[in-house]
Amino acid sequence: MLRQDVLKAVYPRLKDQVVVTIMGAVAVELYNLGHQPNFFYLEHGMGLASSMGLGLSLSLPKERVTVLDGDGSVLMNLGSLSTLARYRPPNLIHWIFDNESLLSVGGFPTATGAGTDLAGIAEKAGAEHVTLADTIEAAEEAFAEASEREGLSVIVSKVEAIGPPSFAMDISLLENRFEFARHLRGLANG
Amino acid sequence: MPVSVKNSEALFLAIKSAGITLLSALPETWLVHVMQMAEDDPDMTLIRLNKEEEGVGISTGAHFAGRKSAMLMQNHGLLTSINGIVSVAQLYRVPLLMVISYRGEMGERDPWQTEGGRVTEPLLRSLGIDYRKLSEPSTVAYDVRQAQTLAESSLRPVALLLTRDLMWEE
Repeated sequence: MLRQDVLKAVYPRLKDQVVVTIMGAVAVELYNLGHQPNFFYLEHGMGLASSMGLGLSLSLPKERVTVLDGDGSVLMNLGSLSTLARYRPPNLIHWIFDNESLLSVGGFPTATGAGTDLAGIAEKAGAEHVTLADTIEAAEEAFAEASEREGLSVIVSKVEAIGPPSFAMDISLLENRFEFARHLRGLANG
Repeated sequence: MPVSVKNSEALFLAIKSAGITLLSALPETWLVHVMQMAEDDPDMTLIRLNKEEEGVGISTGAHFAGRKSAMLMQNHGLLTSINGIVSVAQLYRVPLLMVISYRGEMGERDPWQTEGGRVTEPLLRSLGIDYRKLSEPSTVAYDVRQAQTLAESSLRPVALLLTRDLMWEE
């Protein structure tokens, strides 16, 4: 399964949520599907996208917050799986795309290819709703359920280690940051 | 325990009166009372972290959503948060307020705190992070307000170092 195809399938639903992606391929793929002011691409700070999702979901209880994460980033901040499970914001979806690779820096293999089971770690960290979704249909269904659920949802999807042909995005980091924050403040005040 | 309850309360009230409603923290001896006050206060959300760097992400998310927050940690927590501070808070211009217990300075008895104490201020200076050392309980509310004002106008991290004179009663 290609991550790009999954994102395309769920884009209509993602479009209405507060979305944080990690850097690299997933940011570019979402951006190319159509940038929205409620999309934030965390272009560094690897591991902290899920922590950002926690801060956002606790501060915007009426919004649905989705973090599009990856195995490399999650492995850098495994403690976050435990913190998320501990505080389990009911409006947070933590979706981990696992390509067993640090794709954006040249495809070096990560520990998930050698047996580390991120869904298992999330579950044992205390997350109640952990779903494996390795086909487009399963991913669509898991994301639809997670989007309706009053509870922290973790989805883990194995995807191929294939990214976009170019990593170019026509939006600067700070442009994205200020547009996103302004949009969220509108949501918070509305 | 000779951690000052009175000055911990002054600090907690200062944080509250600055409009902060979310604190992320990792326990340390000097901070136990402040954390307990945060835990007991229905108007304060306390997130207990596994590692301090998570707090940078949490505060960034909170700030983007328009909520005031702060990180409460030991100076060794600052050391472990450096990448997040540089490549999220500084890169994305986040007014991150860091309230840091300053272990390992003059009067420190625990040998294991001493190296962290030596590097704390040089590190803050090299990162270009403005900071103030807090030792006088009567000015704590003023100091927290000043730090937050600068963080928000500069859109940069600012640090408050809680000294032994403030936190500890011999």
